[in-house]
Amino acid sequence: MSDVSLTVNGKRVSGSTEDRTLLVHFLREHLGLTGTHVGCDTSQCGACVVHVDGRAVKSCTMLAVQASGSSIVTIEGLADGAELHPVQAAFKEHHGLQCGFCTPGMIMAATDMIARHPQGLDEAIVRAELDGNICRCTGYHNIVKAILAASAAMSKGAKGKAKQAA
Amino acid sequence: MYSVNYHRASSVADAARLLKNGDAKLLSGGMTLIPAMKTRLAAPSDLVDVSRLKDLQGIKVSGKAVTIGAATTHYDVSTDEKLRKACPALAHMASLIGDPAVRYKGTIGGSIANNDPAADYPAALLALGATIVTNKREIAADKFFKGLFETALKDGEIVTAVSFTAPAKAAYQKFRNPASRYAIVGVFVTKGKDGVRAAVTGAGEDGVFRSKEIEAALAKNFDVAALGNLKVSAKGLMSDIHASADYRANLIAVMAKRAVAAANA
Repeated sequence: MSDVSLTVNGKRVSGSTEDRTLLVHFLREHLGLTGTHVGCDTSQCGACVVHVDGRAVKSCTMLAVQASGSSIVTIEGLADGAELHPVQAAFKEHHGLQCGFCTPGMIMAATDMIARHPQGLDEAIVRAELDGNICRCTGYHNIVKAILAASAAMSKGAKGKAKQAA
Repeated sequence: MYSVNYHRASSVADAARLLKNGDAKLLSGGMTLIPAMKTRLAAPSDLVDVSRLKDLQGIKVSGKAVTIGAATTHYDVSTDEKLRKACPALAHMASLIGDPAVRYKGTIGGSIANNDPAADYPAALLALGATIVTNKREIAADKFFKGLFETALKDGEIVTAVSFTAPAKAAYQKFRNPASRYAIVGVFVTKGKDGVRAAVTGAGEDGVFRSKEIEAALAKNFDVAALGNLKVSAKGLMSDIHASADYRANLIAVMAKRAVAAANA
């Protein structure tokens, strides 16, 4: 057992857990943050993507103790109260989901992708960057549309605010 | 995953001391080790996390001399401005590993210490004639990669950095498995002051190797035309559900041509 201290969505949390506990299970089962999903459990599908110290990583491939001391943002931490994050709003607007299982990971990967490309994105970049996020429903078209729209919206006006939330 | 004891090392010396616990293993990015532990293919008693050690991080470029800390992530290698000027081929290679989330965590030291027969870095370091620095000694890449998942590292030895002299020309081309993102065949070619080196990953039954056929063909003329009649033997190449040995032999020639074209571009 080890003590794990994290900042999750801006709040300090701590707990004691087995060393073998994966970060995704700590988030879901110890903290009740079930927005982060476990899809393939083999580091392929990206449904479990969260931000650890500002970087989008697969929380099924990291131990909770490894993350101790880090700052985590999950899908639950993106919206500002009732106002959706621009990437969430774009997924809603462009219908970037069907069953929704991959969506939390898609959105966390997308916010990271947009932050890494402040000059803007094109379709080829978005598709290449979605390499680690698998969706079995949509065929990706509307996901790509949503990310491009969010990228354009975020570089236009809401830059400061969006950055803060991401 | 079986039960495990996690330790966060405070220094390389501390990591070496912690490695003496039971059947301990070093943990860096964990992009191979943790999936292997989850499927119980690996079951170390203890994990010694070196990923946060500042001494193992960062990229130094001084003229043509490049040193990369062992715990430097693929993302940091692929985006480092100085490295992209000194050796763009290596930065490009790092950008082809796994996917963005994997590149944020996986490290160069972890990749070469694991020496997966389809990993990218072993080919790069072999073709660059790199030196692998450990907490005990320096090992030439030619002597470091020994076979499938086998290296010259001894028990308790920790990779701390890799260093090399940036070649005049270099490029990497990879034909990747679309599901695993590992190389079915990857070829890294370099042309430096000591001549041409070409290393092949993804194909050899004993892991990464230098292709004498490609090196001989390019020795006099580092140009795609020199590879026009290149025939690569399928002897010693892997056959699996993804590709036969003959298919891989052909792919080696194709990837070598693309790599030389990219190096000369």
